[in-house]
Amino acid sequence: MSSEWPLWEVFIRGQHGLNHRHVGSLHAPDAEMAIRNARDVYTRRNEGVSIWVVPSSAITASSPSEKGPLFDPANDKVYRHPTFFDIPAEIGHM
Amino acid sequence: MYAQLVTTEGGTPREGMSDQERAFQERIDRNEKIEPKEWMPEGYRKTLIRQIGQHAHSEIVGQLPEGNWIGRAPTLERKAILLAKVQDEAGHGLYLYSAAETLGVSRDELLEALHSGKMKYSSIFNYPTLTWADMGAVGWLVDGAAIMNQVPLQRTSYGPYARAMIRICKEESFHQRQGYDIMMKMCAGTPEQKAMAQDALNRFWYPSLMMFGPSDKDSVHSEQSMAWKIKMNTNDELRQRFVDQTVPQAEYLGLTVPDPDLRWNEDKGGYDFSEPDWSEFYAVIAGNGPCNAERLGARVKAWEDGAWFRDGLMAHADKARARRVAAE
Repeated sequence: MSSEWPLWEVFIRGQHGLNHRHVGSLHAPDAEMAIRNARDVYTRRNEGVSIWVVPSSAITASSPSEKGPLFDPANDKVYRHPTFFDIPAEIGHM
Repeated sequence: MYAQLVTTEGGTPREGMSDQERAFQERIDRNEKIEPKEWMPEGYRKTLIRQIGQHAHSEIVGQLPEGNWIGRAPTLERKAILLAKVQDEAGHGLYLYSAAETLGVSRDELLEALHSGKMKYSSIFNYPTLTWADMGAVGWLVDGAAIMNQVPLQRTSYGPYARAMIRICKEESFHQRQGYDIMMKMCAGTPEQKAMAQDALNRFWYPSLMMFGPSDKDSVHSEQSMAWKIKMNTNDELRQRFVDQTVPQAEYLGLTVPDPDLRWNEDKGGYDFSEPDWSEFYAVIAGNGPCNAERLGARVKAWEDGAWFRDGLMAHADKARARRVAAE
């Protein structure tokens, strides 16, 4: 039984200067082949101008069960949003 | 559909659910997406692996009937288009295998289950593609039926599956249109060419209707899959939609749908039509279709013949890594 190729996560930067965005994953023996395969499966229709590949095993993810406490600090700070502040209409756009 | 007769694991009836199970079901009811590392009932996980896996296998095996015509396409342009379409199917298989892998099954396990016959692929790919017109019929009808099923699945509850479906749907409409384009060309051609188009429709009509799976009244676990939102519509609903959409397209081509009982039903606002021969469907699923042995044989051969190549690339990668480490 041969060993399975490692899994890579693929990130693509689209045409318009936005961040690289996670688009999916694939198996490849090494980083170079991962980029080539990513080109073939994730940019067949000009979806990207740049590709990153990262070994899936190198990604540390936050734990779903800690979602509550992890994101809780943001919940009671509505003043971080500009709409928290009432600015008189005569001031115009701010 | 691309996933037919997927056995759904029994879920727990709402009144008997644990707090965890109830919270899970409520998230689905609120249309929240379930993501890979989150808690999920074992039945949900297992059913999804079966469904997504079968769908992935269908994409890959589905390359074979069309691959049959790449070398014999009538023009260089048609050849390039068909090649691009078949390449898309490989991509669709990859998106789906990746989605299934997030549920804790490995790619090799999935392929092994396909090769040993433990997992199925869609019955439609066990029919032969005898003429170039079949490339038209497959794109128009088979991909058309697939779209019918996949569009609602973009809203399915499992995040990675829904995202794979979104990518696939974007690409799928190219497939259907290229098929219909072939049919239009054939139907505007010589009487012989139009007859080939009619013959292709005759052979692919009922197998396409079978793609949606047996009638819901015979489909035991539909309800649980629908509660989990991994099945969004009943088989009969989707089949009806497909017929209603396809009949006018056939009329435009000047072709006759091979069903003497097909007629518009004003009351239901849809067509009445004949059921496919379900005994044929079950025979094909059981492995006795015209091309089952050939299709599976081709997959197994490709896997076995490619082993040295996969191993070679892995050995090269390992060596290169060792060299880099030594140089540091």
